Amino acid sequence: MTVANVDPLPIALRELPQWGPWRTGLAILRRDLFVTGREFPIFLAQVILQPLFLLFVFGKVLTELGYARPGYQLVLFPGLVALAAVLTGLQSTALPLVIEFSYSNEIEDRLLAPLPVAGVAVEKVVFAAMRAFVAAAVMFPIGVWILGSIPWRGSAGLAVFAMVILGSLLGAAMGLILGTYVPPNRINVTFALVLTPLMFTGCSQYPWPSLSHLRWFQVASALNPMTYVSEGLRGLMVPHVPHIQTWLCFLVAVVYLVVLMVVGMIGFNRRALG
Amino acid sequence: MPSVPVRRCTVSTNVSEESSRGMSTAPHKIGVVAPSGRAIGRQGSGPAVEVVGLAKRYPKAPVDSLAGVSFEVAQGEVFGFLGPNGAGKSTTIGILTTRILPTRGRAIVAGVDVVADPVGARRVLGVVPQQNNLDRSLSVRQNLLFHASYHGVPRAERTRLADALLDQFGLADRPDGRPDDFSGGQIQRMMIARALMHAPAVLFLDEPSTGLDPAARLFLWEKVAELQEAGTTVVITTHDMDEAATLSDRVAIIDHGTLLALDTPAALVRGMASERTLDCAVDPGPTTDAEALGAAIGALPGVRETERLDDPTTGAWRLRIYVEGEAAGFVAPVAQAISASGGTLTDARLGEPNLEDVFIHLTGRALR
Repeated sequence: MTVANVDPLPIALRELPQWGPWRTGLAILRRDLFVTGREFPIFLAQVILQPLFLLFVFGKVLTELGYARPGYQLVLFPGLVALAAVLTGLQSTALPLVIEFSYSNEIEDRLLAPLPVAGVAVEKVVFAAMRAFVAAAVMFPIGVWILGSIPWRGSAGLAVFAMVILGSLLGAAMGLILGTYVPPNRINVTFALVLTPLMFTGCSQYPWPSLSHLRWFQVASALNPMTYVSEGLRGLMVPHVPHIQTWLCFLVAVVYLVVLMVVGMIGFNRRALG
Repeated sequence: MPSVPVRRCTVSTNVSEESSRGMSTAPHKIGVVAPSGRAIGRQGSGPAVEVVGLAKRYPKAPVDSLAGVSFEVAQGEVFGFLGPNGAGKSTTIGILTTRILPTRGRAIVAGVDVVADPVGARRVLGVVPQQNNLDRSLSVRQNLLFHASYHGVPRAERTRLADALLDQFGLADRPDGRPDDFSGGQIQRMMIARALMHAPAVLFLDEPSTGLDPAARLFLWEKVAELQEAGTTVVITTHDMDEAATLSDRVAIIDHGTLLALDTPAALVRGMASERTLDCAVDPGPTTDAEALGAAIGALPGVRETERLDDPTTGAWRLRIYVEGEAAGFVAPVAQAISASGGTLTDARLGEPNLEDVFIHLTGRALR
């Protein structure tokens, strides 16, 4: 073995020009994209299947059999886009976090990378939101395929885009909370207890104002962040259907996002630092 | 159980507030070429690790897990932390590697304060954890490459380094295998190779040989020796006496969150040089009273201490008797005392003190 007492300065101690924590964050994101990209078909199958069946059974089968009124698919479609965004976001942070913090410890290598601990959490949320966005985006071609047409207004395109991103981030932030506060041995129970109410109080299958004669359920639904994503998208895509005002949906969604992120970050920090 | 006098001593280390302050601002200097041909950190004249009054109390815990520990690790040193499970070793390593926040005290690694600048500290330290935390979605080689990318090692350099380290750690034949398909020893090597990818100034190995077979353990020891030769500072925790004695330049013995002793293995053992040991296996009779027997042996002239180190699996009595002078001369009187108590001496071994005896002396109990 050669042992030479010469420089150069070790990289660890050398001033690496322009190397900041954000570049470490990007390197971690690149790792996540690399792993998902390699299994992209599996990922797609994973995120598409549930909304695909919901769309098919509720939008196509029930309408064709006459159990749902014609035009119901117009109300349903924006809600299912919201559902895909929020649920995929949630699952994409919660499950990996639970596994990486307990069984695999995989997150340790990232927590030991030169970036603030919060940066690791932000990367998790951003990456999960990217997955969620893809899941929501593929709903559009699937909608066209199954339903024949989907409600779409070009003028609202940008706002729809923004709301889908917001919904994806909201779901990811909820997952951050679940993934960091719930002990691993409880995650199955928690998923059952959280996912089902979340899915069915998020106004994905009906407009929120139509619940006025079912007051308690309307109030419960108003507490679900997903409601504002569903209603926001509905207002943008099918404005003639009664809906919560779009600006209010954006506002509440942003406030929810901030609150959920703060709570999730606290949970993440608690798990990451002893 | 015979009452065993326990000598507890606290060794004060030579760290003063003044010197530590001076140290923290010491400039970084050159590195040396690691076995891989790569520069491994070695900063200026200051110590590689400097810990002053470090303490940790976990929330809701009644006592400190770490109760004000101070020590220094010199550059290029292999520093061993020896203690039983729960002694505070992993807490110390956790704090030094920025994963645990201390309740009080200071910890400096390669000139960087780990509490004030955890991001900076992570640049200069490498960690090989106790449990496999390799990225299971990536191949062995990708594990190394992505780790280096997190640390900003340029692409060309990380490729070269990964190949060199895979070769050096005997992993070059299956670089594309997934970590799950490898043995415990190989996983250990992968984690060391990964930790070296960003050329840390100080490498922390947390119980590296736990669960390894003897061959894998020897390979690990060789690699640690090579790293040291190349100038990397290594901090290693272990509850294995042989490992501590073989690998470490200096050993810190820690128990109940307190540093009990800190010196070279030879010096620690030398501190007990005036003593010899006599290990006796005793088959107790129905009337044998442990306490009375301990007292009877303890009363023999020249006997300094008696410790009972029973084998919990068989329930057999085992006494370790520390004596002054030649231990052989004590066999007869001890046997006599045992038979007077109604028991039988079934085995007697004469021993020179080793690191384990030092540990037992300091903590009052056997490590394993």
